[in-house]
Amino acid sequence: MSIDWAAFTPWAALAGGIIIGIASVLLALANGRIAGISGIVGGLLRPAFPDAAWRIAFLAGLIAAPLLYTAYAALPEIIVVAGYPTLIVAGLVVGIGTRYGAGCTSGHGVCGLSRLSPRSLAATFAFMAAGFATVFVVRHVLGS
Amino acid sequence: MYALLAFVTGLLFGFGLIVSGMANPAKVLGFLDIAGRWDPSLALVMAGANAVGLAGFAVAAKRRVTLLGTPMMLPTARTIDRRLVAGSVVFGVGWGLAGFCPGPALVALGAGHVKALVFVAAMVAGMGVFEIVERMRARSTTASQAAPAGE
Repeated sequence: MSIDWAAFTPWAALAGGIIIGIASVLLALANGRIAGISGIVGGLLRPAFPDAAWRIAFLAGLIAAPLLYTAYAALPEIIVVAGYPTLIVAGLVVGIGTRYGAGCTSGHGVCGLSRLSPRSLAATFAFMAAGFATVFVVRHVLGS
Repeated sequence: MYALLAFVTGLLFGFGLIVSGMANPAKVLGFLDIAGRWDPSLALVMAGANAVGLAGFAVAAKRRVTLLGTPMMLPTARTIDRRLVAGSVVFGVGWGLAGFCPGPALVALGAGHVKALVFVAAMVAGMGVFEIVERMRARSTTASQAAPAGE
């Protein structure tokens, strides 16, 4: 392992993390909800959703964020290396996995760990390990 | 008011993802590539978010109603089952393939990236598969429970 010092952005990462933390706490205190993106999206696919309004509002805010951000500052670059077939497979797998696993990076990794939930600790460990393993196989075993 | 606050929170969450650099899948993959040139940034995003979260959720856990007076809807499940772990492993594989998890993918979609749109469409389809399978499973269990023994 060697650290990529040129890519490492500790202060921006910490600042962004704090903002994410504030947003998560705000949703819990004001709305009594977990800011888990996969759960918020997935809840819209349920047969009956009387709580669709806040879900749609939250997701609209998330999607509007880059639009508003560009009005004040240059948006940091977004580089998607994966091709379309990979994106489709990855998307399907992320959709199925997050629903069975009852959460993703935000719901388990941010909110769940903050709540000291053993379930979220197990889930975060599982998806981190799988993420590390997948990138290792793709980049260093298959060698793309 | 309830939905308006959710919108503001979503906006703030999106800003956090942009500022942290996590809206960029290439940066996320840089974190997941521990055997290559490793970018530890994501660990600090988690540290920052969890530092605020630990304090904030401790306050939230003590409350019975929200600041708006509505009931708290925070999860109560405690058991670690195979479904949770297997699902999370499957999610981690997808995360490692493209570098996208649900939040950043929606932010990248908002930024106008067609590839993010394709990922999100596939993700929603995957969630739809889960709903269909679960509904079929629920129907078959209720049917077998409702069916008399003589059938």
